[in-house]
Amino acid sequence: MIYRETGQFKANYQDDQALFPIAQDRYVILAVLLVTFAVVPLLLNQYWLNAILLPFLIYALAALGLNILTGYCGQLSLGTGAFMAVGAFSVFKLMTAIPELGFIPLVILSGLITAAVGTLFGLPSLRIKGFYLAVATLAAQFFLIWLFNKVGWFFNYNATGMITSPPMTLFGVIVTGPSADPVAKYYLVAGFVALFALFAKNITRGRIGRNWMAIRDMDIAAELIGVRPLIAKLSAFAVSSFYVGMAGALYFAVWLGSAEPTEAFDINQSFLVLFMIIIGGLGSVLGSFLGAAFMVTMPILLKNIMVDGLGTDTALAAHIEIITIGVLIIGFLIVEPHGLARLWRIAKEKMRLWPFPH
Amino acid sequence: MIFFIEVVLSGLMAGVMYSLVALGFVLIFKASGIFNFAQGVMALFAALTLVGLMEKFGMPIWLAIIGTIAVMIALAWAIERFMLRPLVNQEPIILFMATIGLAYVLEGMGDILWGSDVKMLDLGIPQGASDWMLDSFDIYIEKLEIFAAATAAVMVTFLAIFFQKTRIGRALRAVADDHQAALSVGISLNTIWVIVWSVAGIVALVAGIMWGSKSGVQFSLSLIALKALPVLILGGFTSVPGAIIGGMIIGVGEKVAEIYLGPIIGGAIENWFAYMLALAFLLFRPQGLFGERIIERV
Amino acid sequence: MIEHKIGGEMLKVENISLSFGIMKVLDDISFDIKRGEIRSIIGPNGAGKSSMLNVINGFYHPQQGSITFKGETRKQMAPHVAASHGIARTFQNIALFKGMSTLDNIMTGRNLKMKTNLFWQALHIGPARTEELENREAAERIIDFLDIQAIRKKPVGKLPYGLQKRVELGRALAAEPELLLLDEPMAGMNSEEKEDMCRFVLDVNSEFGTTIALIEHDMAVVMDLSDRVLVLDYGKQLADGLPDEVRNNQTVIDAYLGIPHEQD
Repeated sequence: MIYRETGQFKANYQDDQALFPIAQDRYVILAVLLVTFAVVPLLLNQYWLNAILLPFLIYALAALGLNILTGYCGQLSLGTGAFMAVGAFSVFKLMTAIPELGFIPLVILSGLITAAVGTLFGLPSLRIKGFYLAVATLAAQFFLIWLFNKVGWFFNYNATGMITSPPMTLFGVIVTGPSADPVAKYYLVAGFVALFALFAKNITRGRIGRNWMAIRDMDIAAELIGVRPLIAKLSAFAVSSFYVGMAGALYFAVWLGSAEPTEAFDINQSFLVLFMIIIGGLGSVLGSFLGAAFMVTMPILLKNIMVDGLGTDTALAAHIEIITIGVLIIGFLIVEPHGLARLWRIAKEKMRLWPFPH
Repeated sequence: MIFFIEVVLSGLMAGVMYSLVALGFVLIFKASGIFNFAQGVMALFAALTLVGLMEKFGMPIWLAIIGTIAVMIALAWAIERFMLRPLVNQEPIILFMATIGLAYVLEGMGDILWGSDVKMLDLGIPQGASDWMLDSFDIYIEKLEIFAAATAAVMVTFLAIFFQKTRIGRALRAVADDHQAALSVGISLNTIWVIVWSVAGIVALVAGIMWGSKSGVQFSLSLIALKALPVLILGGFTSVPGAIIGGMIIGVGEKVAEIYLGPIIGGAIENWFAYMLALAFLLFRPQGLFGERIIERV
Repeated sequence: MIEHKIGGEMLKVENISLSFGIMKVLDDISFDIKRGEIRSIIGPNGAGKSSMLNVINGFYHPQQGSITFKGETRKQMAPHVAASHGIARTFQNIALFKGMSTLDNIMTGRNLKMKTNLFWQALHIGPARTEELENREAAERIIDFLDIQAIRKKPVGKLPYGLQKRVELGRALAAEPELLLLDEPMAGMNSEEKEDMCRFVLDVNSEFGTTIALIEHDMAVVMDLSDRVLVLDYGKQLADGLPDEVRNNQTVIDAYLGIPHEQD
């Protein structure tokens, strides 16, 4: 079937406003969902699920969150790692305090707590812009990590300062902690991510998303046509932190199983998620997924090539790896500063017109 | 009281170090609008190169310093040629991300070239307490810190003269004020960028030497960049005096808080205190220490 | 000049003075705008015309004077309050949301008409969906009115200048304003585009009954369109009156018009 919109007439605005107005796009997304939920768990082994797909999905959720704030609302944040930590420590406290609520509500609750914290740290955005704000979000990064390290209450006063995820079940299957079943974990995370990606798409194409983008593109004009910067910016911080917080909760409780704040949520984590949205595409839901896929698989690929393939010494390989990542990032920014999502859109344009060049 | 003065003095000295790193940031931001996240790693890289040249090639100090300056200039050239030029006219955030990429590259390169173990940097800078201060005022202060402060003062004076009096310096300021205007009177942006990144590289070398002499050359040196960032919010991204005064305020505030506030709330507060101080300050003066109020137009 | 439905006083500006530091931008300006009229503000560059509009919709806060809009007197109001009371505007240097499509820009202009909360928006069902569709219809009416159907889904940053100006007018109209402030809507246009824009301004005024405050440099356009003209020069009020009075006012001629402008 040729990718084309000819012959697909839209008789009302409802059809034109649909999520995927072109039929072929709908088939593609259905196929992706089918593969995600039906084929992948059958075909892939535990290594693939645990080492690649789980982190990919969880980082995609975090990237989605940061993309809402930075890509849609234009507020640069370097505190993603710390907000993931808020989600992780919230879910840990909740899992140990009120496990009877069930795991999914607890993750959502952790997201809400992170949203509150994120809004608080978003307050400076009302007075400062751009890189000044970015530096201010570093305050959140350093302060929160310090707090989780110092205050015993957060890690239930255990001697190591680490938090460990207690086992919790969902429909009778263990989904958290070391004894959890990889396939169950995968289904849980994939379900979460698919659902909240849909919500993000809906929010960003409606009034609230437009107001965010208006603030991003021209804040003064936005204010003069009635967008309130206070509400737009703080809501972006809240929604963004909600997503990042849930990602942090899943990252700790489902993927890592145990975490220590200075290592699992340090500033490099913030940069990693920022790289994902830049490489994937700012202001694009699809881009968040593409960027997460790229940044999760690339280091694994590099390591496999160098250590297993070429037999490079591990320490040297680690150095070469970070150089390569650095070079790739710079190269990528030079080739396509608008990210993978833009490449995908150009490819679609080309397909739509195929076989004609214009 | 003596103890308090000691605390303040040592805060001032630490502040000078922050100022040195912040100065590198300001130079690049002023001339190109780029938020150079790699400034801290540049300090590490410069210090590593210096130690490497001395240890591996047995160079005398003066030759190693000249060699390192040459390396930093070559680096500036490479950065301009392979990173800035292809990225010209991109959004600031893209350039910022590119400098994070650069930080990764420099970090990896420094490790591969010179090894990742902690190295001592001994340039014969006097160590230990200043006897004179101890004898005359009963105040304990490190000679190294006095030396660092003096170096910073010389550095700033030198830069001020460079910007005010030399042709290149004036061209740099012209670029900072308006890229297009600078282009239209025939100033080559490419050359300007190489110069400004070279100067920032040399400033990074000085910062690297000071920190390296104090606590050895190691990876954590690149993290001082993170401590210099609050200085920027305080002093403004484009103000040289802002970087200096801001560094002092942060240095003193941090030391005082560490000594007097730290024990009360659990210690190790130096990682975030400077940020909170800068943020609190911003609430009252959003334009920073020396920034002017911006009149927004539509 | 068109004889039509000019009503009572809608906006009254009294003794407004505005300065930035030592620079006096507006000096004791007083005038009014009547419901339904097209009110032009002219003057050389730097006369304070744009600043006057910025004061009216609350972006600049004058040091002295007061503004009475629809019977309510204020010293100043926040921009979003002005917007919600029915003041919309376009800008001298186009201030569109460049990363968004024409349709999204116009829909953003309707943001004050939309109320559904985050929850419904995330689900995109029920009230959120209905609201989105209703407002889409309203936005499409404006798109039809301005004849920009073909660029509906194009990012505005890449549109030619004349079309951007038109989209910006569309975004302001989307709010269904009572008072529309137009800051040089025809600057940089060729005569054909100017004609189109003039027709839109007149149509907006007569069809929607929108009151219009217009800043424009093209004297022929100003004299043809306006009901009354206010002349500013270096922040001072030079003259105020009917187009013919202003045209023949000696002070205005000396300060601004120079020689009487070629007519028709």
